[in-house]
Amino acid sequence: MKLSAGDKFFMTIIYALLCVLVFVTFYPFWNSLVISFNTGSDTALGGVTIWPRDFTLDNYKVVFKEHNITNAFLITVARTLLGTFLSIFFTSMFAYGLSKRGVVFKKFYMIVCVITMYFSGGLIPYFILIHSMHLYNTFTFLVLHGLINVFNMIIFRTFFMEIPQGLEESAKMDGCSNFGVYFRIVLPMSKPVLATLSLFTAVTIWNDWFIPAVFLVNEKLLPLQTLLVQVINQSVTSQLVSNLNSYAQTLIQQTTSVKSLQMATMMVASLPILLVYPFIQKYFVKGVMVGSLKE
Amino acid sequence: MNMKTEETAQILYRETKAKRDPSIWRRFISQWDFQIMIIPSMLFILIFSYIPMWGVLVSFQDYDLFQGFWASHWVGLKHFKMFFESPEFWGIMRNTLVISFLKLLIGFPAPIILALMLNEVRQMVFKRVVQTITYIPHFFSWVVVSGLVFSMLAADGGGVNALLIKLSIIKEPINFLSETNYFWGILVTTNVWKEIGFGSIVYLAAIAGVDPALYEAASLDGASKFKQVFLITIPSIAPVIMIFLIMNIGNLLNAGFDDVLLLTKNLNNGVVMPVAQVIDTYVYQEGIINQRFSYATAAGLFKSVISIVLLVGANTIARRLGKTSLW
Repeated sequence: MKLSAGDKFFMTIIYALLCVLVFVTFYPFWNSLVISFNTGSDTALGGVTIWPRDFTLDNYKVVFKEHNITNAFLITVARTLLGTFLSIFFTSMFAYGLSKRGVVFKKFYMIVCVITMYFSGGLIPYFILIHSMHLYNTFTFLVLHGLINVFNMIIFRTFFMEIPQGLEESAKMDGCSNFGVYFRIVLPMSKPVLATLSLFTAVTIWNDWFIPAVFLVNEKLLPLQTLLVQVINQSVTSQLVSNLNSYAQTLIQQTTSVKSLQMATMMVASLPILLVYPFIQKYFVKGVMVGSLKE
Repeated sequence: MNMKTEETAQILYRETKAKRDPSIWRRFISQWDFQIMIIPSMLFILIFSYIPMWGVLVSFQDYDLFQGFWASHWVGLKHFKMFFESPEFWGIMRNTLVISFLKLLIGFPAPIILALMLNEVRQMVFKRVVQTITYIPHFFSWVVVSGLVFSMLAADGGGVNALLIKLSIIKEPINFLSETNYFWGILVTTNVWKEIGFGSIVYLAAIAGVDPALYEAASLDGASKFKQVFLITIPSIAPVIMIFLIMNIGNLLNAGFDDVLLLTKNLNNGVVMPVAQVIDTYVYQEGIINQRFSYATAAGLFKSVISIVLLVGANTIARRLGKTSLW
């Protein structure tokens, strides 16, 4: 198809704008990565942009030796794996029950669920509730928080309702129980939805910093992102350096600075997301549409 | 009719009725397995979502954490009055509305424009690269994003200042984070930066659903690509845009929380607070940090009520205009 001059101009502008967008999106990450591999003393001189000038692994050495950070990393991993598994397990089962015809009280259940999407008690009443349930400052709370996600439930439910009844009925005629149908037939068929929602849930849990900041006081229970807030606000980073023994300190102090350590910590906190991202990409473009198309 | 027939008729009627309409509880028990799939999750929702809803009543009390709900005094609208009459009230409302409005004005069209642009791109590799890279910021936490912002906007060697100085736009680095003038701009720009890619996905899918024949007909009639976008693409995805617009208006008082909290260094950046404090951060500050439970809950309740009014209002207007609506 021949493009007119006007069209060519139009397309040039578009390509130019998109290039700028890509650069503006990519540069901050790249710059931070570069600084994390650069010695702190050199970074302080300014001008470090797209490649490390004075390469060092010392920033990461300090970060990984630091107990707080490795501890937070483990807490986050545990919370993410456990939380995602339990959330998806219960929410999908919940959705399956609600997707069957003729379930008693179904309308009541659905209304109760949908209302929570629009109304909420707010942070303070939730805070008071958690206190009174003695879940304050516990790891259990970290896993329980947000376990049943109504939005996800609706996506699952819509998907389950599209499964041909014939499949389930023939399994039942062969003697399969309802639970059996669910676990042996419906779930394996739902891999795309399960994968997408699991990945989204995992990312959300991994990135959550606020809830632990409000509901946890025990420093050993802090997840990575919450610790990262402290690092970025500089209150913790200088401690990182002073925690090492004195010999290591003199060495490290030459090569690290608050800023370079901050960048290294940030990269460590973001790495899992970046690793998982290629897998997510495959699913989420389809996954985003699963919910909306069928409604 | 003799008695026997009538009796038989009655018995038959009762039996078929029982088959057609067995008691609720009998049906419930016969579907025990489905009910078991449902009930634990329902209990969870009732406990963690509904009990806190009753918790808003705390705003009508002088709640004391140690006395608990039933023993605390009832004080009516005292906390609401305190909130409206507090010196910060107008500042908070102004910030909330301005920030929300700016986010709507700039952040709402941005993903749409990106989707429209991407749709025109024929080079698949380029399109793929753009999409892959612009989707990523959505998956990073606000903690990481705020870290990037601080790094980029730093007065000593931050990327933005370095660039501006190199291009001779400014002579001295600007301390972006210490001046009130820049805060709203930083907040909105960062939000757009983070969400533009991911937000464009839905619109891209909607645009992909437009009948190609329409474009062919238009180009045969001599319409430029530019015109085609305005006369075909945009009207075709108008329903999707409307739905999201309604949802966004209903969310008007949710001016932001994570982003404001982090970009003000947990509300510690005193210089910037007068323009940064929004309702949600105020509730957090007064409730969690200052432990003024009833007062904070009152502020939060005020916000929820107005939000509902906005949502219903926006939806009603949309329905009146004859277009799509949320329900």
